[in-house]
Amino acid sequence: MAVARYIKDEKDQIIDVIYESGIHVKPSYSPKDLEEIGFEYEKDLADPGQYPYTRGIHPLGYRSRAWTTRQYTGFGTPAETNERFKLMIAHGQTGLNVAFDLPTQMGYDSDDEMAEGEVGRVGMAVDTLRDFEIAFKDIRLDKIGSGLTINAVASIMLAMYQAVAERYGYDPKVISATPQNDILKEMIGRGAWIFPVEPAVKLIGDTIEYSMKVMPRTNPVSVCGYHIRESGATPAQEIAFAILIANAYIDNVIARGYDVDDFVGRFSFNLNVFGNMWEQIAKFRAARKLWARNLKERYGVKKPQNLFLRGLFGGGGYGLTKAQPENNIMRGAYYALVAALSGAQTTALCSYDEAYTIPTPHSALISLRTLQLLMDEVGLRDTVDPLAGSYFIETITKQMEQKIEEEMFKIEKYGGIIKAVADGYAQRMVARQAYEVEKGIESGELFKVGVNIYKEGESMEVELHEYNYESAEKQIESLKQVKRERSSTDVARTLKELESATKAGKNVMPYLVECCKAYATLGEMTNVFRQIFGEFKEPSLF
Amino acid sequence: MTDEQKRIKILIAKPGLDGHDRGAKVVAQALKEAGMEVIYSGLHRTVDEIINIAVQEDVDFIGLSIMTGAHIPITQKLIKKLQDKGITDKKVFVGGVIPSRDIPKLKELGVDGIFPGGTPLNETIEFIKSKAQKV
Repeated sequence: MAVARYIKDEKDQIIDVIYESGIHVKPSYSPKDLEEIGFEYEKDLADPGQYPYTRGIHPLGYRSRAWTTRQYTGFGTPAETNERFKLMIAHGQTGLNVAFDLPTQMGYDSDDEMAEGEVGRVGMAVDTLRDFEIAFKDIRLDKIGSGLTINAVASIMLAMYQAVAERYGYDPKVISATPQNDILKEMIGRGAWIFPVEPAVKLIGDTIEYSMKVMPRTNPVSVCGYHIRESGATPAQEIAFAILIANAYIDNVIARGYDVDDFVGRFSFNLNVFGNMWEQIAKFRAARKLWARNLKERYGVKKPQNLFLRGLFGGGGYGLTKAQPENNIMRGAYYALVAALSGAQTTALCSYDEAYTIPTPHSALISLRTLQLLMDEVGLRDTVDPLAGSYFIETITKQMEQKIEEEMFKIEKYGGIIKAVADGYAQRMVARQAYEVEKGIESGELFKVGVNIYKEGESMEVELHEYNYESAEKQIESLKQVKRERSSTDVARTLKELESATKAGKNVMPYLVECCKAYATLGEMTNVFRQIFGEFKEPSLF
Repeated sequence: MTDEQKRIKILIAKPGLDGHDRGAKVVAQALKEAGMEVIYSGLHRTVDEIINIAVQEDVDFIGLSIMTGAHIPITQKLIKKLQDKGITDKKVFVGGVIPSRDIPKLKELGVDGIFPGGTPLNETIEFIKSKAQKV
């Protein structure tokens, strides 16, 4: 994808290179550059596994353990999901990654008018605990962790996960869920929000506080710079927003009287890999350093392992093209190389056909092999942070650090991330950037192979999957059956208790667990919140 | 034309539950820079809400941005409701993830312009200008 601006003279020689974050690249670098920028090994890098962790959070990196690969997959009904889970576990996968359909992500039951045409389309439909009972049947929840890709109603899904674990006889202390649970990024970039900013952040605080006490192996938040970048943000903005968003969640929990060391070690990050490769490598290295420094200096975090930026560096969806789609295999390989050179703990790649369809098992396998090849064949496990000490990489890593801090400062000066999101300031920053990129591609100032240079042939036709009306009807029928069989007095009582607790500003999690156990529906629980909190009024600025 | 000076007014709308609005916002910005007056509906709008905004704001064009594959049923519903309400002065265009085999069907429904992802911004701008002259 078009990623940097190249200024050339009439002889096609490059006079200047300007990265998306605003860094100008020189023809060559020397020790003088490091001197000028005030580079100090101990302060700026230190050894791998040493503060500020620029070189990585582990002293041995991939020598001790290769990265975890976690391809994202989605499928219709809970029963189909259960089959797929078992298949993946049989192939040695140690973690699940659950995709939910849009009605579930938005807190609507499958029989709601708003859900029409969307039930089971982009993931599994979930209405009640019965659906989780089917989806997680015969899965060892004490051994297998589950990623739950959901945000606005993450609190409800986490409660349901606890309820299903208990139904199958597991102690909540031994289960491990990883809900995405980052609502501020939904408001900036992905759009699956429901409640206004403040109550939405409060719900995230509830999940963090509750997990700490009841489900200590759960990772309650995965902060996603990823989608903000996909929506148009520069790499520096991606990291600036991610750190400020994480801080907003930390602040909510600290205000309840907890020590940040008690919970921040369970935070993780999801960051994007497309773009100019050097700029991305500098971004990841600077991000690790800034996150550690932020926690140490701003929050007084003491335990070293709580300072680690753990993350999934991957995806790269925006970089892929419909034109000449096989080129995406090569793009994916370079993106994966960036993730490996940057010391990603976990990774996943968008598949080459993802720009025009839902990936086939074959293309998903190519992605997986691309990742495995780097670790097992090409040599990325040989040594930690192999680019360390490069005059160029170290110079731009420091410059990137400054660019990220400048972006953080803009938001803080505006009044903080919560205000910036509520007012639409953050969204406008990102939308403007997206527009600049689009204009750059159209004018030919930014290159995109197959799109505005080296064009040939037709681009691939988009393939959309037919909507499965039958499986949607099945889901609605099963919801009706649950409603007939459940105790309506239990449902009414638990929902009433949820309502009182919500109004009183208590942590809603224990009440949600009781609602789930009474087979209250997702829509019923969400409506309690909708009535008390109202809905986010999107500032329609662009 | 008597109202030559009147600016073209456009509603860019996101129907349904999908939240991917990068494209919608880029098109909105491009139309605005081309001198048109642009209103953005925001996310998660029902067809009825979109029609209400279009009527209240008295727009000349309604642009739907749809990425989920539901472009035919949503567009059909919108055009039928416009007809039922006797609203005939608004042109409709559709953008997003639109396979080319669906283009004839959308035209048949009465859509004036179809702009699948990757369409140059200028094409959309020129289309609107040319259609606006015929209003």
